[in-house]
Amino acid sequence: MQKRVLVIEDEPNISEALSFILSRNGWRVDVTADGKAALGRLYADPPDLLILDLMLPGVSGFDILRSVRACDDTRALPVLMLTAKGQAADRIEAERLGVTRFMTKPFANAEVLAAVHEMART
Amino acid sequence: MSFNLLVLTCLGYVVLLFTVASAAERAAVAGRAGWLRSPMVYTLSLSVYCTAWTFYGAVGYAARSGLEFMTIYLGPTLVFVGWWVVLRKLVRIGRENRVTSIADMISARYGKSNLLGVIVTLLCIMAGTPYIALQLQSISQSFTVFVTDPTGPSLATDTTLIAFWVAVGLAFFTIAFGTRTLDANEQHPGVVTAIAVEAVVKLLALLAVGVFVVWFVATGPSDILARIDAQALPEWEIQPGRWTGLILLSAIAIICLPRMFQVTVVENTNDQHLATASWAFPLYLFLISLFVLPIAVIGMELMPAGSNPDMFMLTLPLHLGQDGLALLSFLGGFSAATSMVIVASLALATMVSNHIVVPLWLRVRAVRQRDTGDMRLLVLSVRRLSISLVLGLGYVYYVITGGSAALASIGLIAFVGVAQCLPALIGALYWRGASRNGAALGLIAGMVLWFYTLFLPSFGPEVFLSARVMESGPFDLAWLRPYSLFGLTTLDPLLHSLFWSLMVNIVAFCFGSILSFPSPIERVQGALFVDIFDRPGTARSWTRPMAEAEDLLPMAQRIFGATEAQAFFRAQAELQGKQGFLPDITPEFLEALELKLAGSVGAATAYAMLAQTVGTSVVSVDDLMAVASETAQIMEYSAQLEAKSEELTRTARKLREANEKLQTLSVQKDAFLSQISHELRTPMTSIRAFSEILMDADGMSDEEQIHFARIIHDESIRLTRLLDDLLDLSVLEHGQVQLNITTANLRELIDRAITASNSVQAERNFTLHRSRDREDVDITTDAGRLAQVFINVLSNARKYCDAADPQLRIKVKRRNGMVDVDFIDNGIGIPRDKQALIFEKFSRLTDSMQAGGAGLGLAICREIMHNLGGDITYVPGQGGAAFRVSFPMQLEARESSARPATDPAEAAE
Repeated sequence: MQKRVLVIEDEPNISEALSFILSRNGWRVDVTADGKAALGRLYADPPDLLILDLMLPGVSGFDILRSVRACDDTRALPVLMLTAKGQAADRIEAERLGVTRFMTKPFANAEVLAAVHEMART
Repeated sequence: MSFNLLVLTCLGYVVLLFTVASAAERAAVAGRAGWLRSPMVYTLSLSVYCTAWTFYGAVGYAARSGLEFMTIYLGPTLVFVGWWVVLRKLVRIGRENRVTSIADMISARYGKSNLLGVIVTLLCIMAGTPYIALQLQSISQSFTVFVTDPTGPSLATDTTLIAFWVAVGLAFFTIAFGTRTLDANEQHPGVVTAIAVEAVVKLLALLAVGVFVVWFVATGPSDILARIDAQALPEWEIQPGRWTGLILLSAIAIICLPRMFQVTVVENTNDQHLATASWAFPLYLFLISLFVLPIAVIGMELMPAGSNPDMFMLTLPLHLGQDGLALLSFLGGFSAATSMVIVASLALATMVSNHIVVPLWLRVRAVRQRDTGDMRLLVLSVRRLSISLVLGLGYVYYVITGGSAALASIGLIAFVGVAQCLPALIGALYWRGASRNGAALGLIAGMVLWFYTLFLPSFGPEVFLSARVMESGPFDLAWLRPYSLFGLTTLDPLLHSLFWSLMVNIVAFCFGSILSFPSPIERVQGALFVDIFDRPGTARSWTRPMAEAEDLLPMAQRIFGATEAQAFFRAQAELQGKQGFLPDITPEFLEALELKLAGSVGAATAYAMLAQTVGTSVVSVDDLMAVASETAQIMEYSAQLEAKSEELTRTARKLREANEKLQTLSVQKDAFLSQISHELRTPMTSIRAFSEILMDADGMSDEEQIHFARIIHDESIRLTRLLDDLLDLSVLEHGQVQLNITTANLRELIDRAITASNSVQAERNFTLHRSRDREDVDITTDAGRLAQVFINVLSNARKYCDAADPQLRIKVKRRNGMVDVDFIDNGIGIPRDKQALIFEKFSRLTDSMQAGGAGLGLAICREIMHNLGGDITYVPGQGGAAFRVSFPMQLEARESSARPATDPAEAAE
């Protein structure tokens, strides 16, 4: 069965790039820019993997991660967090909240794919 | 012997004294006075106690009353051996308070009361004048002894004339060495040294005559003892009561006599000298008295009946043909008399000028005019005048009484007079409760009684008191008879007077003190005097210093100021052979520091300050009282310190504010960098991702590839624009922007801006409302920059106005040389809580990347408007988003191209 990934990202060009790369590698990709709306979707129909931008309009990627980890259904969901701010403090905070992987933009496509595959396997 | 030779000898001797005194003065001035300040010189100067009365009179006394003359020496001996502690306290207090006389001492202790000073001065003058007269008498008598030819030159026989010239000479000497300078300590090294020399001369003279009498006239000590027994008179019987009284009297006198106070306390330079004097002075007295009785006995044996025993010291050697010895003896007597007169007139003149003449003069002067001139010359002149006055009084007294009374009795009368100072003086040292009223009461009562029972009768019957008064009392009141007051008839007049005057004095003093409440200054002075040794002021008090120089330096700086304090510390460090300005905390250093502090804030405060910092001793209540006595200085200094402290507080607050600002800036800077990172990385991410996708373009349609390439292209442009904006902002914020000021028409400028902004979301059709007439304004400004702001505002309106039928009104207003241009759209506007935010950097209210900006637009606009001397503000309550751009119609060219970088905060924003 085709694995599903949810991308929460407000920058349209970046979500398009991620969507293209992942679908070319056999993922079914859902994209949303609205963090708050994404949460409802997550609980209703949890994907196999979540790619999450840190800086979202109106809501922080940390808040979404915290909610994900707080809910029984999504507690074990692998989460790849992306950020363009690149501050060490953000990485520490993300790891404290239980992020699976943390990557800084800009990323190499191959790197994202490798991480996604690894997370999906476990 | 030739009278002229005698005069020449005297003059020669006086010249010698002058030489010695001036040499000592010079040495003292040059700071080479070490040997002058030796304990021996001090001890010898104490021998001013031994006057002509001792020299000539003691022999006469011995001839009349046997060993009773010894009482005059036993009293002082007892004081110096047994009451050493009292003297030490007296000396310490005197030196620390820079006391100038016994009157000053009593006045200072009792609240610096000049009334007491005047009383004591008058008392001392009354007691001292006969005493000085006595010296003049003895000198002139001794001159006449040498005159063998009664018909010789008139000068030789006219004792009054001799006395006059002697008085003039002594006045001259005393003025020359006693009032040379006006030293705060009232110390006269020249006088003291001359006195010491005279002490040696009179001792040698007495010893020489004594040795001659014992070994050359008699055959030795045993022979003398046998002759004494043979000569013993019934009056020689020792009377225990009289002995006790006389010993007590002389003991009091050695403390209270003005001249003794002068040499013991005022001229003292070191407490330790007293330790030497405590055995050396009694020894001196012993040697002085050793041969008195033998000389008296031999004199009585050999001299013709009826010769004056007071002159045995001279007549005996002359009678035996020993002219040289007689001359030496004469010089001894001359020394004894002159030294007494010099010191006594010096001491009395100090009192008269300090307590009577100067206060009076100042009072008169103050009424007439304010004089801020130097007082030194005035005080010196007054002092000189007072010396002449005192000696003049002595001379007048001598002339009036005609030198009738026996030498010894005059001395004892003076003793009883000055003894009246004793209760007040001892109370000053040991009784805190003693008060000014008590002291005044005691002094006056004692003085009156002494006057009535001893001083007035001493002039002889019918001079002041009639024989009738003496016999049956005034108004026939028997209990008021001068010599048997209140029916006390068993004592001889001297002891009678001593008993009553001192008794009434003490009672009045005690009751007066108990019944009156001392003023604060009296209590403070009392504590200072009584507890002088509990407030150690010497190096020995700083035994275990705990402080560091670092702690002391700030304290010193507060008192002296930074420069002086550091200079002092550096000098002290150099003294210790150290570099820098942090000396080791040695007791010597602390003492020096305390002394220096004392110069500024007073001794007690300096001590308390050091004691607290150094931590070696507890500051007692007494110390605090001592501190209180320096209220004036403390008030002044605390005011200064307060000002300094306020200044420090202000500086500290400024620093704290600056620090807070810097911290805010640091946070802002981190946020800014983080934002820039975000804004740069976001387009980079797309560029990199799509480039990598394009690198592996297998099975991709051409449309797809072109689409991806376009994204890369757009994101590159976005990056470039971001960098442009950042640089633009940076230039604007630092005021380094070069304004290109021209004259332009506002309407044309707006037209241009509208055209330029039309490309933004060109598909939306905006309705513009303008009043073109009002826009027709000529302005002088940087038109390009102003257009940039207009374009930005217009573009924002196109991007963010969410109305279905977007409209924009442009209104122009002019006021006071300013132009307001309002841009009002019909959208929902900006929420109140965001209105302040929109002008901040990277503040994008929506997530719309399609707007394509990094959120720097309005921040740049604001900077531009500031540079143009205007502003851009959000105008709330206009129905939609409303921005007002205001600027001066005529922008003056800036003097300098750079805006002064006043605030780093703005630069970093």
